Amino acid sequence: MKKLLAIILVIAMFASLGITTAFAEEEPIHLTLWTFQELHTQLYKEMLDKWNANPDNPKLEIDMQVYPYEDMHNKLTIALQTGEGAPDIVDIEINMFANYLKGDIQLADLNDIVEPMQDHLVMSRFNNYAKDGKYYGIDHHIGACIVWYNTEILEEAGIDYRDIKTWDDYHEAGKVVLEKTGKPMCTWESKDCWSIYPLVNQHGGDWLTPDNEVRMDEQVVIDTLAFMKSMLDDGTAVACPGGNHHSEEYYGWMNAGNCASVSMPFWYLNRFTDYMPDLAGKMKVAPMPLWSDGGHKSAQMGGTGTAVVKTSEHVDIAKEWLAYATLSFEGCVNTWLILGFDPIMTDVYGSEEMKAPNKFFDYYDDTIFDMLKTILDDIPDTCLTEYFPAAADIVRNEMAYDLVIGGGDPAEIAHACAEELRDAIM
Amino acid sequence: MSENGKTPLLKRGFFTNPKVVPYIFIAPFLIFFLVIYLYPFITTILMSFQKIDGPNSVEFIGTKNYEKMFNRNFKQALMTTFRYAFWDVVVLTIVPLIFAVILNSGSVKFPSFFKSLYFIPALTSTIVVGIVFRLAFGTLETAPANRLLALFGQPAKDWLMFADTGNFVLILLTLWRWMGVNIIYYISGLQSIPSELYEAAKIDGANSVQQFFHISLPGIKPVLIYVITITVLGGFAMFTESVALWAQNNPGGVGRTIVGYMYLMGFYKNNMGMASAVGLVLLGLVLAVNLIQLFAMGFFKKED
Repeated sequence: MKKLLAIILVIAMFASLGITTAFAEEEPIHLTLWTFQELHTQLYKEMLDKWNANPDNPKLEIDMQVYPYEDMHNKLTIALQTGEGAPDIVDIEINMFANYLKGDIQLADLNDIVEPMQDHLVMSRFNNYAKDGKYYGIDHHIGACIVWYNTEILEEAGIDYRDIKTWDDYHEAGKVVLEKTGKPMCTWESKDCWSIYPLVNQHGGDWLTPDNEVRMDEQVVIDTLAFMKSMLDDGTAVACPGGNHHSEEYYGWMNAGNCASVSMPFWYLNRFTDYMPDLAGKMKVAPMPLWSDGGHKSAQMGGTGTAVVKTSEHVDIAKEWLAYATLSFEGCVNTWLILGFDPIMTDVYGSEEMKAPNKFFDYYDDTIFDMLKTILDDIPDTCLTEYFPAAADIVRNEMAYDLVIGGGDPAEIAHACAEELRDAIM
Repeated sequence: MSENGKTPLLKRGFFTNPKVVPYIFIAPFLIFFLVIYLYPFITTILMSFQKIDGPNSVEFIGTKNYEKMFNRNFKQALMTTFRYAFWDVVVLTIVPLIFAVILNSGSVKFPSFFKSLYFIPALTSTIVVGIVFRLAFGTLETAPANRLLALFGQPAKDWLMFADTGNFVLILLTLWRWMGVNIIYYISGLQSIPSELYEAAKIDGANSVQQFFHISLPGIKPVLIYVITITVLGGFAMFTESVALWAQNNPGGVGRTIVGYMYLMGFYKNNMGMASAVGLVLLGLVLAVNLIQLFAMGFFKKED
C-alpha cells in the first residue's frame, strides 16, 4: 500500500512540475551587443521594447555594451581571432569593416534578411559591407553629403544660397562673402578625410578599384585637390580650426558665426543641434554644388555596419531582431526620429510618419527631406576593399595635411600618396 | 622517530627532496616568465614572418614584412620617436636635478610642500592631461598658449600641426607630469651623501658649484644611471601622450611614434604580422641605445 502511495506521489510530483513549467514565463534569450556609438543604443532599446511587446516574438534580453571606438574594435579583432568572447551583434565602423572580411570571415552572412527587402533599400549602402555576393553588415544611414549654409552671413553678403549650383558658383560666392564680411566661405579639414573624400567621390573619383588598383593619382583627384587649393589660396577656404569638423575648437568657432558654410555627410545634422545651438534657425541645408565637368549629385560617406557574429549561439534570432530593428519601416522611421540619420529605406521618404516633429525640424526647417529626395537617385558607390583603411590613413594624415597645411602642389601630393598606397599593398 | 629524536614535519618524498625544493620555490616565477614573456616573444618572432588574416588563414611570407616596413610613415615615426626620446632624456634628467638640488639645499622653506606639489601631476590621468594640453595649445587665437604669445607680440601658432612645436608641447607635457618622480629619485640619492663631505669641502674653500660637480654628482651616479635608463626606455615606448594629443592622426609626422605605428598596423589595419616585425625592430633599437648608454656610463665595469 505504502509503495503504491509513493508511486502515486512521485507521479503527481512530476506531473505538477510539467504543468508549472508549461505555464511558467518562458526564459528570455540573452544576447550581447557591442557598440562604440552610444547614440545607437537609443534606437536599439526602443526597437527591443517594441519587439518584446509583441507576444508572438520570443522574449529577448540584450546586454548593450558601449566601448570607446578603438577599444571596441580592438576587442572585436582579438575576440574574432581567438574565437573567444565575441558578442552576438556588433556595430563595426565602416573604415574598419574590411578588416573583418579578410580570410575566414567570422561574421554571419545576412542575405536571408537583406535580399527579401532589397527593392526597398538603398543597396549601394550594403555593398560597403559585402564580399563575394554576401552581405555582412547593415547600415543605419545613407550618409549623403550635403552643405550647411549660415544664412545670416550669406544675407549680409547679399547671396541667396539657392542660387549656388556649381562649385564654381560656390567659389565665386565665397569671394563676395570674404569681401563683404571678411569671413571664409568654408573650412577644409587638415587631419581628416571628410573634406577631401566627399569632393573626390562626388567628382567621380575614389582611392581604389575592387581589385586594389590604386586610383589616388587619377586626374579627377588632382583636379579636385586643385580646386580646394584655389579656394585656400584666395582665402575663401581656411584650414579647419582643430584640424577637423569634429573638434571642440571647430564647434565653438563655427557656433560664433565665423564661417559661411560647411560640407559634411547628412549625419552631421546632430552635431549642429547638439554642439552649435546658437546657429538654430540660421543654418539651412542644401545639396552639394555640382562639378561642371561631370560627377554626381552627392557622395555617401561614413557609416556603421551592424553585423552578427557567426559563432553566436543564437545567430538566427539575432538576425531576425536586427532585421526588425534596422530593416523594417518602423525601424527606419525611428532612425530618423531618434538618431537624425537619413534612413536606408527609400519607402520612408515622404511618408507621414517621418513628418513627426523632432529637434532637427525645429533647428532647421521641415524641408530637409524634400531637398534630400532630389539627390538620392545619383549617389556613387564607394569602394571599400581590405586596403581601404590604409588609404584612409594616407588621406587623413598626408593628403589632407600636405594640401591644407603644407600648401603643396596637388599633382605632386596625389602622386606621392598613390605611391605610398601602392607600396602598402602586399 | 628520526635520529635526533624529532619527528620531521613532512615525510621524505619527491616534494621534500632537497634537489627538487628550490625548483618548486622558483616555479611561480619560472611559469610566469615562460607563459607571459618567453612564449609571446617567440610567437612574435614567428608572426613577424607571417601574413595573418584571421584565425584560420596564416601564411608564411618570408621577410616581406621587414622589406615593406621602411616607408615614409615608418621613417616619420622613427624620427618622431628619436626626437622625442632625445629631448625627453635631456630635459627630464637636467631640470628635475636642478630642482632636487635646490630643494635639498635647505634654502627653500617648506620643502615637503614643494616635493608633493611637484609630485601631484604624476597621479593624474594622461588622457585628461592630454585633453587639457590639446585645448591649451589649440589652433585659435583664443587658445591660452596663443594668448600668452600675443602678450609678447608674437603671432598665433598652430602648435600641434608642426613637428617642432608639437614636440615642444609633448616634452612640456611629459616634463610637467614626470618631473616630480625624478625629483624624488634625485633627492633620495642626494640625502645618502654624508654631510661631512660637504663640511670638509667648505673648509677646503670649495664653492657650491664645485661642491655640486665634485660631491653631489659623483654621489648620485647610480641614481643618475637609473633615471637616464628609465627615461630612455620611457622615451622610446611613449604612446599614450601622443595618442592623447593627436588620437590616430599624424599631422606633420609628429603624432605617431613607433609604438603608435605598431598599434596602427596591428589593430587599425589588422596586420599583426607587420606589427610584430615593427615591434622587433623597436626592441632592437631600444636594446642598442640602452646598451650603448650603459657602457658609456660604466655600468658594466667592475667596482674597484
